[in-house]
Amino acid sequence: MKYLDEYRDPDIARNILKEIEDFVTRSWTIMEICGGQTHSIIRNGIDQLLPDQIQLIHGPGCPVCVTPLETLDRALSIASRPEVILASFGDMLRVPGSYRDLLKARSEGADVRVVFSSLEALKIAQDNPQKEVVFLAVGFETTAPGNAMAIKQAAKKGVGNFSELVSQFMVPPAMRAILSSEKRIVQGFLAAGHVCTVMGYEEYEPIAEEFHVPVVPTGFEPVDILSGILRVVKMLESGEHGVVNEYSRVVSRGGNPEARKTVNEVFEVSDKQWRGIGIIPKSSLKLREEFSAFDAEKKFDVAHIQPEESPLCRSGEVLQGMIKPDACPAFSRECTPLNPLGAPMVSGEGACAAYYKYHKRA
Amino acid sequence: MSIELRCPVPLLKHETIQMAHGAGGRLSRELTQKIFLPHFNNSCLASLDDQAKFVLEEGTVAFTTDTFVVSPLFFPGGDIGDLAVNGTVNDLAVGGATPFYLSAGFVLEEGFALTDLEKIVKSMADAASKAGVQIVTGDTKVVQKGQCDGIFINTSGIGVVRKGIAVSCLNLRPGDSIIVSGTLGDHGMAVMTAREGLSFQSDITSDTASLNVMISAILDEVPEVHAMRDPTRGGLSATLNEFASASQVGIVLDEAVLPVRPDVLGACELLGIDPLNVANEGKVVVAAPAGCAKTVLRIMQEHSDAAEHGAAIIGEVVEDHPGMVIIRTVLGSRRILEMPLGEQLPRIC
Repeated sequence: MKYLDEYRDPDIARNILKEIEDFVTRSWTIMEICGGQTHSIIRNGIDQLLPDQIQLIHGPGCPVCVTPLETLDRALSIASRPEVILASFGDMLRVPGSYRDLLKARSEGADVRVVFSSLEALKIAQDNPQKEVVFLAVGFETTAPGNAMAIKQAAKKGVGNFSELVSQFMVPPAMRAILSSEKRIVQGFLAAGHVCTVMGYEEYEPIAEEFHVPVVPTGFEPVDILSGILRVVKMLESGEHGVVNEYSRVVSRGGNPEARKTVNEVFEVSDKQWRGIGIIPKSSLKLREEFSAFDAEKKFDVAHIQPEESPLCRSGEVLQGMIKPDACPAFSRECTPLNPLGAPMVSGEGACAAYYKYHKRA
Repeated sequence: MSIELRCPVPLLKHETIQMAHGAGGRLSRELTQKIFLPHFNNSCLASLDDQAKFVLEEGTVAFTTDTFVVSPLFFPGGDIGDLAVNGTVNDLAVGGATPFYLSAGFVLEEGFALTDLEKIVKSMADAASKAGVQIVTGDTKVVQKGQCDGIFINTSGIGVVRKGIAVSCLNLRPGDSIIVSGTLGDHGMAVMTAREGLSFQSDITSDTASLNVMISAILDEVPEVHAMRDPTRGGLSATLNEFASASQVGIVLDEAVLPVRPDVLGACELLGIDPLNVANEGKVVVAAPAGCAKTVLRIMQEHSDAAEHGAAIIGEVVEDHPGMVIIRTVLGSRRILEMPLGEQLPRIC
């Protein structure tokens, strides 16, 4: 498969590994932002192959992990209403709310459906005019254009029985928060390839300047990730900072202007609670006032639902790169994929789940 | 003037299943005679007694049952009918048994189209004929609209274990090779991509097929096979974890040779699903002494219809890490292949 096989080629990967070994002279701590990258790293055992001096820290870029508990509890409350069809991406179904998850709600009679995009949820709304269809619109900048497009089309076509429960996050404010932390240990970033496909990488340039860090947009295949790491190591070793694109087959500096325009039309920036981390200013997107008819939070009056987290779960520290998943005392004891205390143990992109799945005893 | 004393319901006037089709009266009989008997067509069933009577050859009897619920009922490469026959035939075959007779129990939803039922019954008959088994007894019940998803089918099967054969998931030994008869994940992805809500185009077809002829040929030449299983729900991951745990051995797989069709791999990656966790309905995993592995592989290749069958020796059984399956990645690192959690859920992005 062109544009894929060459990025999985073990010989190319080994050559890059060799180059990393040749370049590295001291210890460096690099954060991969995106949960998809974390999984690729663990799945391919890249962390086992890197020289000991390079420490990879897993970042907060897993939407399932950082979606706050209240959003889940609100979704569960909405889903349990008889007139509602709740449509969601598949991996949100197993994420624990305060008392249950959406799979459990489905077993109790809620109409919960797995879709692959918000536009499919919109189609369900059009096909079921007697029902209220609510899409659980979570994600980073990657899902924002699609989720915005569904709202725009619903407004244009007058699909009044469609709404979204929105929990949209943005990467740059989280990077700023991590870099501003007193306990900061991250020295360079692999920026999330899919997010950059939409947003480009120009918004990272001021961050790289202000905090003197290398930021390297990186893809998801082993050769992509190793190339990203090599680039960050080279920049760190030579004392450079700035943004260098290692995912140029997909990512451009300005991103996708049409997608960005659609996002801006429908959403506006707002402060946001990140699960396990806390409130990060101006770190999320919420529906603009003119689209409030499509805001499920208002439509179903669930904004008052404000639950509390398990005190055992240290996923906040995992998500900020302060501890590795297996350093959490609850890891693989009280907290397992079958009984997750926090979202990173659930999601396909969660660092705790990746450690449990591929790493725990290997 | 003559008075018609027959039940006034005319034959096959209905186009859909009615509650009366399961009530044991005239409509039930009509269903049997117009749909089931013509397709399943065998002397044992034709007597319409409450039980099937047959003579089994001497030996150890293998007996299995499975219930089939699938959505959608018709999917690329098959339907719930051939799935129900092949699944039970394969459960007998992987135990080293020659399958002979099947039962078929149907739960039908009121309003289900008779044309769809006939299509399903026909594909059951075709699958049975291909596998050389007879459907000799059956039952039909009808439930009210909304109480089942169109049709549920249970099949049970009886076979006789071949003499001198002792395959079991308890029998794996260090030094065995693990051989798989073809590409992995085809069935599960064919069904998933055909489902509402995940509408993307693909040419992925289910691999549903009976395996008894291939397995019989393997046992003819390699009676020392230690274990066999068809990796259905939970895919290869579940089967190998069960093998490793039951025999308290380790299994090491070579990632580079795991056979997965490019379109299946592409769909899995898009949805964030591991093809090794995805169901197969026409594949067998064999554990056999390493010296026999190439013979097993050759027979699998000879019995495969597909040009690119994908049969491969994928790994070995080891003494280390008992109960655990490890994958050697193409990069040379190692990772655990875990028992899948449950339902395969597509991810966000």
